[in-house]
Amino acid sequence: MNPLISAFRFTALPPETNAFRAAIKDFLKSDMEDSAPDVRARSWMGFSAAFSKKLAARGWVGITLPKQYGGANLDALSRFVLVEELLAVGAPVGAHWIADRQSGPLILKFGSEAQRRFYLPKICAAEAFFCIGMSEPNAGSDLASVGTRATRCANGWRLNGRKIWTTHAHRCHYMIALVRSSGEPQQQQEGLSQFIVDLSLLGVTVRPIRDLTGDDHFSEVFFDDVLLADDALIGTEGEGWAQVNAELAFERSGPERVYSSIVLLEHWINCLRRGPDAAVHAATIGRFTTHLATLRNMSIAVTAKLMNGASPALEAALVKDIGTEFEQSIPVAIAAAISMNPDAAVDPALYRTVAYLSQIAPTYSLRGGTREIMRGMIARGLGLR
Amino acid sequence: MFAEAIEQILQDLCTPAAVRAIEAGASPAPLWHAVESAGFLELLASEADGGAQLPLADLFPILCNFGRYTVPLPLAQSIAARALAPAHMLPAGMITLAAALRREADGSLCCPLIPCGVIADFVLARDDAALLLLPGALAQRSASGVRGSLTATLTWCDDSGATRIPGDGAALTAFAAAAHAALLSGAITRVFEMTLQHCKDRVQFGKSLGKFQAVQHQLSVMAEHTAAASIAAAAAFHTEDRTPTFLRAAMAKSRTSEAAVLVAATAHALHGAIGVTEEYDLQLLTRRLHEWRMTHGSEAHWNLLIGQHVLANDLSLVELVCSA
Repeated sequence: MNPLISAFRFTALPPETNAFRAAIKDFLKSDMEDSAPDVRARSWMGFSAAFSKKLAARGWVGITLPKQYGGANLDALSRFVLVEELLAVGAPVGAHWIADRQSGPLILKFGSEAQRRFYLPKICAAEAFFCIGMSEPNAGSDLASVGTRATRCANGWRLNGRKIWTTHAHRCHYMIALVRSSGEPQQQQEGLSQFIVDLSLLGVTVRPIRDLTGDDHFSEVFFDDVLLADDALIGTEGEGWAQVNAELAFERSGPERVYSSIVLLEHWINCLRRGPDAAVHAATIGRFTTHLATLRNMSIAVTAKLMNGASPALEAALVKDIGTEFEQSIPVAIAAAISMNPDAAVDPALYRTVAYLSQIAPTYSLRGGTREIMRGMIARGLGLR
Repeated sequence: MFAEAIEQILQDLCTPAAVRAIEAGASPAPLWHAVESAGFLELLASEADGGAQLPLADLFPILCNFGRYTVPLPLAQSIAARALAPAHMLPAGMITLAAALRREADGSLCCPLIPCGVIADFVLARDDAALLLLPGALAQRSASGVRGSLTATLTWCDDSGATRIPGDGAALTAFAAAAHAALLSGAITRVFEMTLQHCKDRVQFGKSLGKFQAVQHQLSVMAEHTAAASIAAAAAFHTEDRTPTFLRAAMAKSRTSEAAVLVAATAHALHGAIGVTEEYDLQLLTRRLHEWRMTHGSEAHWNLLIGQHVLANDLSLVELVCSA
């Protein structure tokens, strides 16, 4: 059988995760503030430092990190359960999200012992929020052509350039930035390095960008002669591209590529259960249920591979492409369904939630790599490029 | 292992030429007897009945291979029957499963559009909560009339030849759906592989089709739906029970049936005219994708039932999916 297809082996979550899941549900019932579905629909774009701190107090930020750095030393499938429960109710997880998913594991894997001791406990305590500096005005899908440059100077590095579309940069403490430390942009993947940039440093300007829903979930970041110490470099100089690619399997395969519209879907189902129109829309609900269960199994299969030390970047690209297509199809179907009959009353919160998602859903197949990039990666994996 | 031994039989006796011959009326006996005499019909039969009591997860790849090799006999159904009814109560001969049983006003019985109904020796049907075994020899068989198809509607003038078998009617429905999901998954995967290879081999404008970005993206989407169909079908067979559960079987049949349409359409689009010829083997698979999609309920049937199940439940959708 084709190896990409056989990579998606059905994997059941281990029964030990049931107790953990129950504990998370209890926590969310008691510690998550009630909010309207259109607010919860912000999902991992929702930012609440207070909520992240409460979660950290339970030991549930950075749970896959080793105990000596403040983590819980739990495996990737436990993290899957935690993330799934948080996303299912639309918990505002954006503050610690990137650090928990990517920056923490990156620092653990590529960081020096001093960097681990400095950053990881802060991540686990929800005291250090991270963003990822990838895109630039002239480097979007063509990520390897980044022009932001770190130049050697007396006590470290001098950083100049600009990052854009950086999620929550204006609310974060640190950015892990992919920048050029040697060579020219034409050299593409060579000469790139990753730096941890303290966003409070002199010369850093962060400007939030307002989106079409009225939120400011991303921003533009300017670096003007920012002086970085030697230990701002993470991993190996010139190995930035390879390091970034190691993160991508974490970034692209998780439940957040399946659950972005789940708050809307759950709210619609609740409205249907109370109203007279359930029978009309049962088949639509059935199709979404089928796709959700299947995508979840695909995501678990990739998580199991990650847990076994593999870096399934190709499988992750596949999950991201088909998962975001599902997420985007939900507001389309629900908007049509609730305006099928102009005489019928529409739940006001449902109306706001579907409007929010219709507007923001295009970003689902942009963030973390566009649809075209994902399909190109899959084609490469199939031996076509 | 059973799976390898069965695949060996398929390689030898279920060649594309053999499939074409059986579809055209040749005897299915050589293939059938090879599987039967090796004892492979008894994979699911209980140990008390002399069977292997194979876990369903281990049966899954075997059923996928039946789809991959476009097996033109009710092998999947005959194996499943041993989990649905006590094996010692089942007769020798090809048993197929019926999707429905209608009792007409005149006392006659009708099972519409039964897979392999043209050649099956017996039909195991769900009669509400129970099972009914009906002999093909006493039936009037009306073939679907679709070229190459072995689907037929069978009618019996009364139930005098029928045998009531202890069993669970709902389990038959779920198993038949799950088995066809596995067949679909195997055939879908094979169609994907053939199409990928064709796009690597076929040269136009001085390069292989697979070098064109428009083609690459179509193959990527095909891979996504193939993987989704495959894992959805597998989920129905990962159970400790002897037969698949309703919800997982329903989702398996729905997801594979939906994928079948996209995969068949993309395969033909990328193959060009050669793909719709009798001579080229793709048609053995894509004809089945369309037929199996409609057999034992299309995605439209199952989505409605799944949706009704969700709407009648108190659990949130995520809770329901996690506990499915």
